[in-house]
Amino acid sequence: MKRVIALLMENQPGALSRVVGLFSQRGYNIETLIVAPTNDPTLSRLTMTTIGDEKVVQQITKQLDKLIDVVTVCDLGESEFVERELMLVKLNKSSIAIDEIEKLQGKVVFEDNNIINLQFVGEPDKLDKLVDNLKTKEPLEIVRSGSLGISSNSKTLTI
Amino acid sequence: MLTLLAFDLKLLGIMRDMSKTQTSGGDALIRSLHEEGVELVFGYPGGAALHIYDALFNQSEVEHILVRHEQGAVHAADGYARSTGKPGVALVTSGPGATNAITGLATAFMDSIPVVVISGQVKSELIGTDSFQETDMIGVSRPIVKHSFLVQKAEDIPEIVKKAFHIATTGRPGPVVIDVPKDFTDPNHTFDFVYPSEINMRSYKPAKAGDSKQIKKAVDLILEAKQPVIYSGGGVINDNASAELTELAKLLQFPITNTLMGLGAFPGTDPQFLGMLGMHGTYEANMVMHNADLIIAVGARFDDRITNDPKKFALKAKKIHIDVDPASLSKIIHADVPITGSAKECLTSLISELKQHNIEKNKLEPWHKQITEWRNKHGLNHSMLDVVPENGKILPQQVIQSLYKETEGKAFVTSDVGQHQMFAAQYYFFDKPRQWINSGGLGTMGFGLPSAMGVQFAYPEDTVACVTGEGSIQMCIQELSTCFQYGLPIKIINLNNAALGMVKQWQDMQYGGRHSSSTYENSLPDFCALSESYGHVGIKVTQLSELESAMKECISLKDKLVFLDVDVDPDEHVYPMLEAGNAMDYMHLSKDKKTW
Ligand SMILES: Cc1ncc(C[n+]2csc(CCOP(=O)(O)OP(=O)(O)O)c2C)c(N)n1
Ligand SMILES: [Mg+2]
Repeated sequence: MKRVIALLMENQPGALSRVVGLFSQRGYNIETLIVAPTNDPTLSRLTMTTIGDEKVVQQITKQLDKLIDVVTVCDLGESEFVERELMLVKLNKSSIAIDEIEKLQGKVVFEDNNIINLQFVGEPDKLDKLVDNLKTKEPLEIVRSGSLGISSNSKTLTI
Repeated sequence: MLTLLAFDLKLLGIMRDMSKTQTSGGDALIRSLHEEGVELVFGYPGGAALHIYDALFNQSEVEHILVRHEQGAVHAADGYARSTGKPGVALVTSGPGATNAITGLATAFMDSIPVVVISGQVKSELIGTDSFQETDMIGVSRPIVKHSFLVQKAEDIPEIVKKAFHIATTGRPGPVVIDVPKDFTDPNHTFDFVYPSEINMRSYKPAKAGDSKQIKKAVDLILEAKQPVIYSGGGVINDNASAELTELAKLLQFPITNTLMGLGAFPGTDPQFLGMLGMHGTYEANMVMHNADLIIAVGARFDDRITNDPKKFALKAKKIHIDVDPASLSKIIHADVPITGSAKECLTSLISELKQHNIEKNKLEPWHKQITEWRNKHGLNHSMLDVVPENGKILPQQVIQSLYKETEGKAFVTSDVGQHQMFAAQYYFFDKPRQWINSGGLGTMGFGLPSAMGVQFAYPEDTVACVTGEGSIQMCIQELSTCFQYGLPIKIINLNNAALGMVKQWQDMQYGGRHSSSTYENSLPDFCALSESYGHVGIKVTQLSELESAMKECISLKDKLVFLDVDVDPDEHVYPMLEAGNAMDYMHLSKDKKTW
């Protein structure tokens, strides 16, 4: 099962490599990973998705929590949460019409005479489908950010 | 003359030190160690560490012990830590010095031992340029340390040292690396030395007390149990909780077994003690685990050398699991009552909660009777010295029993890895925690001698024996020179079976006796002559009739390192031995006897 794990860690050199290293060291998979400083610049928030059963995910969160640089960890799947991903697509301009872009809820972020860059934001599986649908347009490049998540109740991941 | 001069220089250095308000990073590092109560540092110098070595020279509070290989430095610091409970410290240079320390770090990590390793690093401006003797120590050591620090400026050194010792010694202890670029110890850059009185780390708050609801649940299970067992490990020793463990076992009259790492936490000579459990555990300990209806695990982690096949492990038993590391709980075996907290505090709460209840001990009688039957049937023979083998060879077990007898069970015993280690664990009764020092988790050959040095430095008056094999001892044999330099009277008890015995045993049992690269084709050195060339005493034993008098002589030479090289039966195997892929009651009991 896919899981989304979010954590806050010290915004310090070496912290990220400890988190990533833990996954290879203990044989867990990372599907996606995003990390960026929070509005408290001493902290970074890291969101990752992984595949595993209940027991594996419990082990992952406990092992992450054990890392000295990690301040707090949350398995977002423990309550309701919202998951979103950003996707940028580069196409030959001639391969897609403006009304089609609107139908797909895409946004034009760059265009010139030959090239058009589109932005999509959505749930990852919706983006998966979109990628399928775009195949016929022979996209030149597709880049995805990986998931971000936030719990949708009043609970927050803070220190 | 030369020594006098050095002495004067040292004195001058001290005077200089006292008048100085400003310190360099190098001085700050040593002063910080002193603030942490460090008296000994085991190390080996080199370019990137030379400012630090100069700082060491200029003071007299922290003594430096020059080893002969950085692996030896970390093992010595580790042995010091295991035997005293205080953190051990090693100092190495960058590059090869740092990589040589890696095996020591991994050894300490697997057994959760508080060791602080300070590694010199190339100048900060050279980091990342493949400069001479540059190794990414933080990267290389990352998976085998509890935490690590790369110093970013000299002024940070006191706070980093404070944090490093705090992290190494609290919660589940473990090794910490401090990597110090050379420019941050430069004597030309000075600053005000202030040692922080406390530190606050928002991201590190190890658990202490156990949850009281969980303790109550544990008590309910304990009161119901008819076939209980206490299974304790190194966590009890690390947390100095042996007294509490013993009190609990006595209060409940439950049988108790210790892991290889936990030996000594409960007195080995006490009739309630079942001996060690697991791969080479006693028949009765493994049978008790397999048939138990309740297992109280304290500071033990259900390692695969204990459980055998975890899917078949102690299926009838409810499990109470106390551990300071929440990640150990339900990692391998599901805990019915998981309790996160320090062994000492959890056991104390458990005992006081239990004392509120009426503990009915009669119902344990059939269980104790059963255990006695098991013990009588296939227990270890602890009178091996009375056995005279037909082939005239000395049995390795006899050497351990002779050592036990001669040291009256009071020696510190360090060990290496192999058959000799298992014989020592099985046949020497450890009545006290921290008396038995061995690399259980990583199984590091070469650990025995350097760790014994750490123990002997901490306890100069006590007998420290290193039970080893001719294979293992050769992995850090260079430390014989360190022992001579510092006058360490370690007793090396070499169970010489002229083979990598444990490997050979597996080859006998699983590979049709094909001894692939497990013997040396008559290439072994004369260990006695070798030791003598280092300035020590060597005693060779080839006959059983000589064993006890040679052992007596070895132990009685109080001021000398003695290398007692005993030829033992090369065909002897360690039993019991669990049969892989099965439950804990599947044991080989001898070459031709098994339990199934
Ligand atoms: C550094 C290291 N390399 C290899 C091993 C694998 N190993 C385990 S026991 C053993 C044989 C040890 O031989 P010896 O020290 O003579 O002990 P014996 O089993 O003969 O008593 C070996 C090679 C190990 N544990 N550590
Ligand atoms: Mg051997």
